[in-house]
Amino acid sequence: MSAGAQPQLRFRDRGLAEKILEGIKGLGVKATIMHVCGTHQDTIMRFGLDPLLRGCGIRVVSGPGCPVCVTTQREYEEAGLLMERGKIIATFGDAARVRGPRGSLLDRRAEGGDIRVVYSIRDAAEIARRLGREVVFLAIGFETTAPGTASLLLSDPPEGFSILCCHRYIPPVLDAILGMGEVRIQGFIQPGHVSTIIGVKPYEFISSKYGIPQVIAGFEPLDVLAAIYMLAKQIRDGRAEVENEYTRAVRYEGNQKALEAIDQVFEPIDVPWRGFPLVPKSGMALREKFEAYDARKVYEDELSDIVALEISEDPNCRCGEVLRGVAEPEDCPLFGTACNPAHPRGPCMVSIEGACFISYRYGPGARAGDPQKA
Amino acid sequence: MCLAIPGRVMEIKGGLAKVDFGGVTREVDISLINPKVGDYVIVHAGFAIQVLDEEEAKKTLELWSEIFKLGVG
Repeated sequence: MSAGAQPQLRFRDRGLAEKILEGIKGLGVKATIMHVCGTHQDTIMRFGLDPLLRGCGIRVVSGPGCPVCVTTQREYEEAGLLMERGKIIATFGDAARVRGPRGSLLDRRAEGGDIRVVYSIRDAAEIARRLGREVVFLAIGFETTAPGTASLLLSDPPEGFSILCCHRYIPPVLDAILGMGEVRIQGFIQPGHVSTIIGVKPYEFISSKYGIPQVIAGFEPLDVLAAIYMLAKQIRDGRAEVENEYTRAVRYEGNQKALEAIDQVFEPIDVPWRGFPLVPKSGMALREKFEAYDARKVYEDELSDIVALEISEDPNCRCGEVLRGVAEPEDCPLFGTACNPAHPRGPCMVSIEGACFISYRYGPGARAGDPQKA
Repeated sequence: MCLAIPGRVMEIKGGLAKVDFGGVTREVDISLINPKVGDYVIVHAGFAIQVLDEEEAKKTLELWSEIFKLGVG
């Protein structure tokens, strides 16, 4: 792509956005659509698309698309326990700030714990190499992040390095959310960057099983609007297919090299997601061949205390319902008062991909210039 | 977390590339794709995960312009 092309700027053409909105309105479809990626929520709120879409009859709700948010409190506690036992915990910034009953991982630094915020698993491995100490990487994220973890584990990691694997597959949770029958949606906007890895095929069973349209979308405002137009058109025509709006990045077959790395290193297991019961085959566990890097195996004895720990979630926090698309951030009694980005009570207010954080930052109050939301 | 950023490959050395993100250069792991110098890649958490297709980007924009400037219903 030549430097002069600047496609990301042209993907923000206001005039064209208005035309697409007119197109959506012209279809005359009233629908609720779920996205499964915090970055889509960010685009929708940051560019003020939410009220415009509502004006066209389209309501967009967040689903379980924030990896930091769907990681369970028990998984964060496992990392906390290992930190208490002298391991260095390395993870992404937002994960370090999720608050549990005993504080966040960062809070525990004050009690002598050693946590390092990293940009990449590569940085975490480098810390182990440089210090010659036991470093546990809290590995969260979906199919976008998992290939990097797999690639590193396939390339001879340093001694003392292990991962606490919390990676998850997206398609099984889509099946779960529709199977639960709790939320009524007429279409899915599928996550563009997860889809660069998995391609189009893994979503197809969802359309066949539930008769629901899906469109894989990029993250510029025009991408999201075009995807919603494509969905509304499918709904109007009574079709239920998987369409790909993000063709500049997503190929039908995905990224084969990345998929092979995932398959070599991980196998699917049943795991709970925050706000969800056990979701079949939605978790990635390290295969036996890689157990030397599996913190749950390496530190099995030290982690055995976790079984006895009572790990409760804040009963007033509605993040679980927000992640299932049955509540909006503003429905939570803590939103914007007891829970805000400076003092988050739930993960959806911690993560930059969390629905509560995004609503707080760009919601109607923020746009009206509420000084509390500066 | 799933936020990924496009950048342009400036230099390749083994499994690593120097990628320019609009003036900021970073070293990126390219073990998951096979980019060429000059390609735009999507980078997530230190790993390039896909090469952006210039022709597809152009086609997408042209298609939208064509459909929506003519008006649809």
